[in-house]
Amino acid sequence: MFEDLSGKLESIFKTLKGQHRISEENIKVSLREVRVALLEADVNYIVVKDFINRVRDRAIGEKVFEKLTPGQLIIKFIHEELVRVLGGGTAEVAMQKGAPTVIMMCGLQGSGKTTHTAKLASYFRKKNKSRPLMVAADIYRPAAIDQLKTLGKQLNIPVYSEDSKDVTTICVNALEFAKENRNDLIILDTAGRLHIDEEMMNELIRVKEKIQPHEILFVADSMIGQDAVTTAAEFNEKLNFDGVILTKMDGDSRGGAALSIREVTGKPIKFVGTGEKLDEIEVFHPDRLAQRILGMGDILSLVEKAQDSMDQSEAERLARKIEKEDFTYEDFLAQIRQIKKMGSIKSMLKMMPGIGNKLDAMDIDEKAFVKIEAIIHSMTRKERNKPQLLNGSRKLRIAKGSGRSVQEINQLIKQFEQMNMMMRQIRKIGFNKLARGMFGAKAPARPY
Amino acid sequence: MALFKRKRVRDYLEEADIELSDVKVETVEVKPELSVFEKLSGSLKKTKSSILSKLGSIVFSGKMDEDTLEALEEALYTSDIGVKTTESIIGEVRKRSSKGEDINDVKKLVYDVIISMLDKSSGPVQVTAKPHVILVVGVNGNGKTTTIGKLAHYYMNMGKRVLIGAADTFRAAAIEQLEEWAKRTGADFIKNQPNSDPAAVAYDSYKAGEARGADIVLIDTAGRLHNKVNLMNELEKISRVLKKLNPDAPHEVLLVLDATTGQNALSQAKQFSRTSGVTGIVLSKLDGTAKGGVTIAINQEMDIPVRFIGIGEKKEDLQLFDPEVFVRSIFE
Repeated sequence: MFEDLSGKLESIFKTLKGQHRISEENIKVSLREVRVALLEADVNYIVVKDFINRVRDRAIGEKVFEKLTPGQLIIKFIHEELVRVLGGGTAEVAMQKGAPTVIMMCGLQGSGKTTHTAKLASYFRKKNKSRPLMVAADIYRPAAIDQLKTLGKQLNIPVYSEDSKDVTTICVNALEFAKENRNDLIILDTAGRLHIDEEMMNELIRVKEKIQPHEILFVADSMIGQDAVTTAAEFNEKLNFDGVILTKMDGDSRGGAALSIREVTGKPIKFVGTGEKLDEIEVFHPDRLAQRILGMGDILSLVEKAQDSMDQSEAERLARKIEKEDFTYEDFLAQIRQIKKMGSIKSMLKMMPGIGNKLDAMDIDEKAFVKIEAIIHSMTRKERNKPQLLNGSRKLRIAKGSGRSVQEINQLIKQFEQMNMMMRQIRKIGFNKLARGMFGAKAPARPY
Repeated sequence: MALFKRKRVRDYLEEADIELSDVKVETVEVKPELSVFEKLSGSLKKTKSSILSKLGSIVFSGKMDEDTLEALEEALYTSDIGVKTTESIIGEVRKRSSKGEDINDVKKLVYDVIISMLDKSSGPVQVTAKPHVILVVGVNGNGKTTTIGKLAHYYMNMGKRVLIGAADTFRAAAIEQLEEWAKRTGADFIKNQPNSDPAAVAYDSYKAGEARGADIVLIDTAGRLHNKVNLMNELEKISRVLKKLNPDAPHEVLLVLDATTGQNALSQAKQFSRTSGVTGIVLSKLDGTAKGGVTIAINQEMDIPVRFIGIGEKKEDLQLFDPEVFVRSIFE
C-alpha cells in the first residue's frame, strides 16, 4: 500500500530498464500506483483524476537528473504538486487591531467544533496574549453548552451563554458582553449541521450577516471520505469560509480529505487537531501532510516535538557521558523521562518514515515504561550505577519491591545489556557526530 | 458546486417503501408540511443537476460498454467503497456480463454482486438475555451518545425496559448529554462522577439493571481513536468487568461508524473488533450525502453485520439496516 509507494515506483522503473527518460509508457504504470495510493488515502475520485493528469503532463518528457532515479523523480513531482495544492505554506488567523476579533466555527456534527473552540481560545491566549471569550451558540445538541462551560472552566476562559432560542441574538449579546469585559477575541461555537439542511444553514448565514465575523473556520474530521468535497463545497458556497481546521489527526487516517477540501474550495487549511488534550493543536504545514499522504513520515514534526520537550542540557550531559563510559540504569531512567515528555511512543513512531502505517497492526504497550521505571526504582543507587552487582538474591528483592516477576527483571537486564552494546558501537563511530545530526541542527534536510 | 450534490438515503427509504418496523412510523414524516410527493420531487430537482444522477443514467441506460464500467467505477469510488472492493466488484461484473448486454440485466447483476457481499448484514437483532447488555463503542464524534438515545427509544417502543449506563466519564458534559436522552426516552439512567472509572459505571449499570428487572442495558463509552492502546485497553477492562458479572455479557458490542468516514473505517472496525469483539455496526449520519460504502469493504474482510442506520438527530431516526435500500442509494 501507501508506505511502499516509493519502493513500488522504484521497482517499476527497474523493470523498465534502460529508460532514462520518463516516457508515457513508464509513467502510466507508476501513476496507476499513485492513483490507488491517493484513493486509499480518501482523496476524492475526481480530485485524484485531475491530480494525476497534472502530474502526468508535468512528468512526460522530463529528463531524469543524474542523482535521481525516474521513480524518485515522480515522487518528487507528486510531493511538490501535493504541497502546491495544499497551499504551499502555512496560514494563520489574522488578529484585528483595535476591535475584537470574531471567529465563527462551523461544520458537520461530531467534527470537533466545541473542542477546537476551546483549543483555539487557549492557543491564542498563549500566543497573542488574547483575552478570549467563548460563545455557546449550539442550542440544539443536548448538553453542548455544558460541554463548552466545562472546557472553559478547565482553561479558565469565560464562556458566554444564555437561555435563548435565537442564535443570532445570543451572538449579538455576546459581542456586547465582550465589549464590557474587554475580551479581544470572540469564538462562536455553533451547532453541528448537515450541509443539506437548509434551515440550519440559513441560521449560519443569518449569524454571518449580523455579526460579520472576521474569520469563519470550517472544522472537518480528517477521517472523512469522498463526501468531503460535497460537504466542504456546500459550506463554502453558503458561508464563503476563510479556512479549515482538520481534526483528529492523531488517528491513523491519511488525511487525504484535506486535498479534496482544498481543491474544491481553494481555502487554506490553517490548523490541525492532534489529540484530546486542549493544547493539542498545531499550525498546518502542507509539506508535512504531503509526506503523510505519501507515507513518508513526518520527520519535521518529530524533530520539532523533540526539540520542544528535550531538556537540552540533560541531553548533552547524557551524550557526554555515553561517549566516555557505560550507560547505567540511572541514565536509562533519565532517558525514559525525556521520552515520556515527548508524548506517546506511538504518536512519535507514527511520524517516522516507513514506520507510520505498519503501526496499525502493531500493539505498543505504553505502560511498558511504567514497569521499567518501577523495576529501576526498586534498585539501590549502587545497583543502578553498577549493573554487574545484580545477582539472584538482589533480583528477587527487586522483583518483590517492584511487583514484577524475576523473568521481567531478567528481560530488562538483557535489553539493557543490548543497549550498552549498541552504545559501544556508536562510540566507535563517534557519538558527537550522531548527536549533532540529531539535536544540533535546527531540522534535518528536507527529503528533497 | 452543485456538481457534488447527492440524494439522501432517507429519500430512497421512502421510495423503496420498505417495511417500517413499529418504530419507524413517525420517521416518515420529516416535514409534515410537505407531502411525500412534494418532498420527492424537490429532492429529485436537487439531484437533476448532480453529476451522480447523470452517472446513474449512464450506468443504467443503453448497452453495456467500457463507459458504463467507468461510470460504475466512479459511483463505487465516490461512495467510499474503496479500491480493493471496487476492483473486485468491477471484476465480477466484467466476468459475468458481456459487451452490448442490456443495461437492465447489468444493473441487476451489479446489485446482486454487492448484495451478496452484504449478506451477513441481514438478520434481526435478537434479545438473548435479561438483562441483555449492549456496549456501544467507536471513535470520537461519530454519534455514539445520540445512537444510544435512539436505541433506548427503539427498545422501549418494543415494550422493553431499558437502562442506560453513562460510562463516557471523560468527555466534558457527556454524562449530561446522555442524561437528557434518558429523560427524552424515559429510560432508567445510571451515572457516576466525571473522570471516574468507566468499568465501575458498567458494573453499576449491570447491577442496577438486574435489580430493576431491565430487559436492555445500554452502555455508552467515551469516543476513542482506535490507535490509542491505553484507551483501547480501557474498553477491554469494561468487557472483563461485565464478564465477571455474567460470562455472556456484553451480549452485543455495537460499533458506531460515521457514514462520512472514508477508508479509515476499516482500520476502526479491525481495531475495535480486536479489543472488544464487535458484534454489529451502527452506520450513523446517513441522512447526509455520504453513502457509507466502506461498510461493504468491512463486510468483505470481516464477519460483522450492519444492524442499524442513523438518519437524523431525533429519537425516532434509527432504522434496521436493509441491504437492498443501501445498494440502491449508491446508484440512483
